[in-house]
Amino acid sequence: MHPFQYQRATSTAQAVAAVAPEPGATFIAGGTSHLDLMKEDVHRPSRLVDISLLPLKQITALAGGLRLGAGVSNTAAAAHPEIQRRYPVVSEALLTGASTQIRNAATLGGNPLQRTRCPYFRDPAQPCNKRAPGSGCAALGGINRGHALFGASDACVAIHPSDLAVALAALDAVVQTTGPRGPRAIPFPELHRLPGATPQVDTTLAHGELITAIDLPAFAGRSHYLKVRDRASYAFALVSCAVALEMDGEHVRRARLALGGVAHKPWRLPAAEALLVGEKPSEKLFRAAADAAFADARPLEHNAYKIPLGRNLLVQALLETSGLQALAGPAGTAFAASVGGLAGTFPAPY
Amino acid sequence: MMDAIGQPLERADAHLKVTGAARYAAEWDLPGLAYGAVVVSGIARGTVRAIDAKAARRTPGVLAVLTHENAPRLRPLPDKLGKVLLRGEGGMTEARQPLQDAEVYYAGQPLAVVVADTHERARHAATLVGVTYDEQPPELAMTTARRQARPATFLGSPEEKLQVSIGDPAAALAAAPVRLERVYESAVTHHNPIEPLATIAHWEQRDGADFLTLYDTTRFLTGVQQIAAGAFSLPKENVHVICPFVGGAFGSKGWLFAPPLLAALAARMVGRPVKIEWRRQDMFTVAGHRSATRQTLALGATPDGQLTALQHDTQSHASLVSGFAEPCANLSRMLYQVPNLGFTHQVAHLNLPSPSTMRGPGETVGGWALECALDELATELKLDPVALRLKNYAEHNPETGKPWSSKHLRDCYARGQALIGWEKRNPVPRAMREGRYLVGYGMATTMYPAGRNAATARATISADGQALVESATHEIGNGARTIFRQISADGLGLPVARVRFELGDSALPPAPNTGGSVTTATVGPAVLAACRNALRALRQLAVRDAQSPLFGAAEEAIEARAGRLQLRAAPAQGEDYGAILRRARLPAVSAEGSAKPGPEKKQYSFYSFGAVFAQVRVDEATGVIRVARLCGVYDVGRVMNPPTARSQLLGGMTMGLGATLMEETSYDPRTGHPVVRNLADYHVPSLADTPEMSIEFLDNPDPHIGELGARGIGEIGCVGTPAAITNAVFHATGQRLRELPLTPDKLLRAATRA
Ligand SMILES: Cc1cc2nc3c(=O)[nH]c(=O)nc-3n(C[C@H](O)[C@H](O)[C@H](O)COP(=O)(O)OP(=O)(O)OC[C@H]3O[C@@H](n4cnc5c(N)ncnc54)[C@H](O)[C@@H]3O)c2cc1C
Repeated sequence: MHPFQYQRATSTAQAVAAVAPEPGATFIAGGTSHLDLMKEDVHRPSRLVDISLLPLKQITALAGGLRLGAGVSNTAAAAHPEIQRRYPVVSEALLTGASTQIRNAATLGGNPLQRTRCPYFRDPAQPCNKRAPGSGCAALGGINRGHALFGASDACVAIHPSDLAVALAALDAVVQTTGPRGPRAIPFPELHRLPGATPQVDTTLAHGELITAIDLPAFAGRSHYLKVRDRASYAFALVSCAVALEMDGEHVRRARLALGGVAHKPWRLPAAEALLVGEKPSEKLFRAAADAAFADARPLEHNAYKIPLGRNLLVQALLETSGLQALAGPAGTAFAASVGGLAGTFPAPY
Repeated sequence: MMDAIGQPLERADAHLKVTGAARYAAEWDLPGLAYGAVVVSGIARGTVRAIDAKAARRTPGVLAVLTHENAPRLRPLPDKLGKVLLRGEGGMTEARQPLQDAEVYYAGQPLAVVVADTHERARHAATLVGVTYDEQPPELAMTTARRQARPATFLGSPEEKLQVSIGDPAAALAAAPVRLERVYESAVTHHNPIEPLATIAHWEQRDGADFLTLYDTTRFLTGVQQIAAGAFSLPKENVHVICPFVGGAFGSKGWLFAPPLLAALAARMVGRPVKIEWRRQDMFTVAGHRSATRQTLALGATPDGQLTALQHDTQSHASLVSGFAEPCANLSRMLYQVPNLGFTHQVAHLNLPSPSTMRGPGETVGGWALECALDELATELKLDPVALRLKNYAEHNPETGKPWSSKHLRDCYARGQALIGWEKRNPVPRAMREGRYLVGYGMATTMYPAGRNAATARATISADGQALVESATHEIGNGARTIFRQISADGLGLPVARVRFELGDSALPPAPNTGGSVTTATVGPAVLAACRNALRALRQLAVRDAQSPLFGAAEEAIEARAGRLQLRAAPAQGEDYGAILRRARLPAVSAEGSAKPGPEKKQYSFYSFGAVFAQVRVDEATGVIRVARLCGVYDVGRVMNPPTARSQLLGGMTMGLGATLMEETSYDPRTGHPVVRNLADYHVPSLADTPEMSIEFLDNPDPHIGELGARGIGEIGCVGTPAAITNAVFHATGQRLRELPLTPDKLLRAATRA
């Protein structure tokens, strides 16, 4: 870790003013992602501007939707009755992420901005274009079991690790920010970018641009999250899937699908979404959508398993969201979202 | 007298631990303490050309930067420590003293220590040290490594031969009516105790001589003491090692000498006590691991399931400065009655960190391969897996011909079958379902050698009627403080509440390292001997004291009960311990006692046994496996304390579950850097992965292992569990997965192939 200045922001304007002019300055919210990277010597900020005391902790109603303050904790958001009721995909994604302790500290603004879990990014002794531009991508020819199927480049095959971001992408959430150039609204699918030749840049945010809130637009359909991981709890996704389904009677009016664990950003599936519209839910239909979803997957040496896994997961998520199959647990809980459930005798004792 | 032994006593140190009062190595506070941060190698093979520490030395608070160029010289590690071979092929540990030369053998190897007045400054300055290398391409693959060894023995022990052929396995295999040959592969796994490595080193002048105190995370106080004394050319008495609590070890922290020596070097250099706390990342390079293995199992059998041949060939890997061989044939050599039995062990020397023992070294992954192969044979022969094992039940040790000291394995199988409902399952693979899940049952045999070593203890009875018993053994979470307190209480004829047991200090009467599941059988008898000697001293005071009601009595006529010496024939005639001492104007009596194994070792073959049964649930679409139930029935001799014993087995089974389903450290195939370096990526089982476990002991005292009748329980839980789960996955899915861990990708790949 390197020496740094620390200051507490007293207002959003002051926070932006403190970070914007100093290239090495960053915001810190819960610190659960940022501090780890500082201890790993991956991040070397010159100044930490602590935004955790800013009044960004409200969840308020908004034109049929909800506005979630960027400082709301993952725990508080997951437990919020309106989120539970109207956007279970958000609660499910949050509750399958990290651990209770981390979720208590983590914030909605920080979570989508956590950096990749690619082990090469986290080890300063190894090449990584995201950490040290121009040094090369060690994952490309190394251990890439956890890496991207879609949208990767020769410079970077890392994935984005956030669960929440996958749910927000499926809901077309809107990110509210304020920055050196004033406030703006960013459609969630445009928050993250693909690595291209500049994988060091994760998002479309400007330096010093502060997320103040995340808006969930009005949504009257069913939503659901499913996550597969290497252990039953407290692990990042191998592949995850968020579904937001709106019906017209027996037919799909609108379907939005996003995958986690497969790309540098939450991966929306427009081809599969289009296939579903106007159709009656069936396993056959869902299989066709899943095939379309993975048609242009580009596996690396160790991650081809994500293709059958992702396809099956997408089908399962659609079956459960559409009601053709029962959820594995109550909607809005980790039990609904965790594939495989708890060890122990079946059915799981939730 | 066994009043306290066998009782479900609460852990003696439970309160200290949950309130944070238990002091771990990194928590000692010494005046003037300085902090060391270690700079590790960024390459896996080559030579350090230069270390540029100018920027680090200029950093405020930095006291020194130690490198191979300026560090004090150390004498080399001895070849052996006691009977244990330390260095060379088949040896225990890394044979390299830290900071003595410029060679780099693996990535993450310590190259420099930055010492500063605060932890933060030391860490920061460590990032400013620049190292340049003359780099060579590392050797990282077992199959192509140029240096391959076939060590004759494990750790130099004549009883643990690593290359054996009995009968003619090759011919018997060729002639066998049924033959099966399979390759099993297991991943590198790390102990990852919650407490990382740490040492505080403190040099003083005592009586004009150098004196070194080490607070170290060790389960081998006297080993660290001897090695440090040897390295710095000090008499053993001038090194004091202290470690009252170990925050988990699991096979690590036993034979790691470089970390305490680094702290001692740093402290010597700056003339202040120095603490080095290792980072979690370093635990993947300096703390030892279980090597990956590639094992070939060949079985020959008659159509009705009689084994005629068994050949078990293991390939593991060590570093270029270690000869450790994972002894995978430990079960194959003794579990079944096979006339033609062969096994070999080959070690590839790679530019990867040095391996070490890890809970059930050899047994955990070697037993997995054997017990999976048996399951495959049972399928091939259409035999029940339990029936196949009973058919080949060994009535005596097949390798040595010696009788077992005690073996009730048949009872373990029978009880395990009943617990899991074995007979109620549909034995056909892929035939059982629960909703969207495939369900399967599997079983495996487990065993662990029941060793015993020499140890010494001291018992002190005070005039206030309290007693203190001590030995330089270790509390690694195994419950040592608790069960030796119970044994002491019975040995002294005192209620447990009046007895304290202390350990964790090299100044106490010597005990060996805590490892190999030998501690109860080793230290327990020494504790009893010390207690007996202390009581004898007390008796002698009483019978010679004219004022004692026991004056003139024959010593044999006196018994110790509830803090009193009394006549066996007339218990009312006697007095309490305190009265005897107070009249003699003695504050206490104290006596040492030693115990060591006797001729029984030559007469009997000592093993613990058990049977593990698993039920799993598999979601084939995603490759996700969950263990629904795990039942273990163990024949481990007499149980000292059911809850602490159960915890040992529960922990062992959980660790076995982790090794089966999720634990894996990979190294980059080109650079040799670990690509799993933290506990987010190194998955140990969470509660959600761990089912309710049925754990039972037969509780048959071993008549030959010593008067306690207790064999070890520390490791046997880890063994057996992996094969039981793997076999259950086969029963559920019809897929034989032969590569640990069984993560979702493996099952998906197998399902895609099928
Ligand atoms: C062991 C472990 C396991 C985990 N498992 C999961 C998991 O399974 N799924 C998952 O989704 N996550 C997981 N996480 C990640 C965790 O959820 C994130 O670390 C957390 O959500 C980040 O929030 P924070 O408030 O702590 O962010 P911080 O660490 O404070 O900040 C993260 C980044 O966001 C920036 N930032 C924070 N707030 C704002 C803002 N309002 N505006 C602009 N920039 C901002 C910071 O500058 C920093 O760059 C895990 C983390 C750990 C340590």
